[in-house]
Amino acid sequence: MDRPIRVLVAKPGLDGHDRGAKVIARALRDASMEVIYTGLRQTPEQIVAAAIQEDVDVVAMSILSGAHNHLFPKVVKLFKEEGVEDVLVIGGGVIPDDDIPGLKEAGIAEVFTPGTPTTKTIEFIKNNLKK
Amino acid sequence: MVLNLDLINKLLRGDKRTCARMITKIENNEKEAEDILKGIYEHTGNAHIIGITGPPGGGKSTLTYRLSKELSNQGKKVGIIAIDPTSPFTGGSILGDRIRMNKLATDPNVFIRSMGTRGHLGGLSKATHGGIKVFDAYGCDYIFVETVGVGQSEVDIVKTADTVVMVMVPGLGDDIQAIKAGIMEIADIFAINKSDLEGSERTTREIRMMVEMGNEEKKPPILNVIANQNEGIRELIEEIHKHKEYLISTGKLEEKRLERIRSEIITLIEDEIKSRIFNDKDVYKLLDNVLKDVYNKELDPYTAKDKLFKAII
Repeated sequence: MDRPIRVLVAKPGLDGHDRGAKVIARALRDASMEVIYTGLRQTPEQIVAAAIQEDVDVVAMSILSGAHNHLFPKVVKLFKEEGVEDVLVIGGGVIPDDDIPGLKEAGIAEVFTPGTPTTKTIEFIKNNLKK
Repeated sequence: MVLNLDLINKLLRGDKRTCARMITKIENNEKEAEDILKGIYEHTGNAHIIGITGPPGGGKSTLTYRLSKELSNQGKKVGIIAIDPTSPFTGGSILGDRIRMNKLATDPNVFIRSMGTRGHLGGLSKATHGGIKVFDAYGCDYIFVETVGVGQSEVDIVKTADTVVMVMVPGLGDDIQAIKAGIMEIADIFAINKSDLEGSERTTREIRMMVEMGNEEKKPPILNVIANQNEGIRELIEEIHKHKEYLISTGKLEEKRLERIRSEIITLIEDEIKSRIFNDKDVYKLLDNVLKDVYNKELDPYTAKDKLFKAII
């Protein structure tokens, strides 16, 4: 495959800590991906609109505020409403283990919690692209 | 034509996903890219193309955001191509121009597309021209092309845009910087951003002196703006409109666009020749074969070139 993988890195919700998102953005860049970094405090509507315009392969979201159970599934739902089914949606941040099965059920392909080596995320993306 | 006409009709009707997908195919140089560009060509030429260029951190994205928002409020359809550098080492990139424009993400009048330079020099990416055409056919009234942060010689934007806005900021150097050749020569309008910062008067004065020394037919206007406070934005739009009227009334718009078509066709021919060198096995083999001869001085590189050129054509 010659084309770079395009990834939208977004921070939904209201917490203002984007160090994790920046670390992952940087790691994906170094793994030859094109990272569209959208910054803090994105609404699910903004994330989905940006992902469609940028025609990305992956949406990677990070939340530290605890609003993941609401915001992550909302993004998946909005994609479905737009008829978009070929975008891989993954999440990360401070997410209790108990919440992970529910998020996967809701369509988040994988959840990466603190301490995950970035290589694992990169590997996951490469192996699970839908386009 | 192989390309399904439905796809083009969907673009003409303003379908966002079709627009996005077409740009991807052009960026990735997929097989259908050329058919798409052929198919949409007759529907292009309506948008006013505005280049936003200037040094890194000068506020190009914030300014593009403000201008687009204002035009969208006026009911205009706006496309934005925002370019950031691709790593020459890994091929990866971080495209961060959207950070300043996120409030436009859900604006139905605005379409933002980020592009990595993907090895292209000159401040744009190779797919920029194709992206502009897709936006044009998609129905944009205005297309902003935000270049990478430029240094002194990334002037491709002048061949791409109808109007070039040079975004300057106070405190980047003395007045000799302002009369150097290169990017300072390509501005149709100077926007001195962050004009609330110390030194902005001096910067304005130096650019004014530089402009007055020149003998251009039309001296670029100089505007003071503060993009993050939305100051000077309407005035800037006014100047962009004036510049467009000037181009039309003097016949320069046609002149510019003819030159653009000329350089586009030349580029296409260059690309075709390069692709034949690398993709045509016979040509590549011939190239391999002459290397030793040139090395042993049995052949000089210029005669070798003539030989290969015949094989390519």
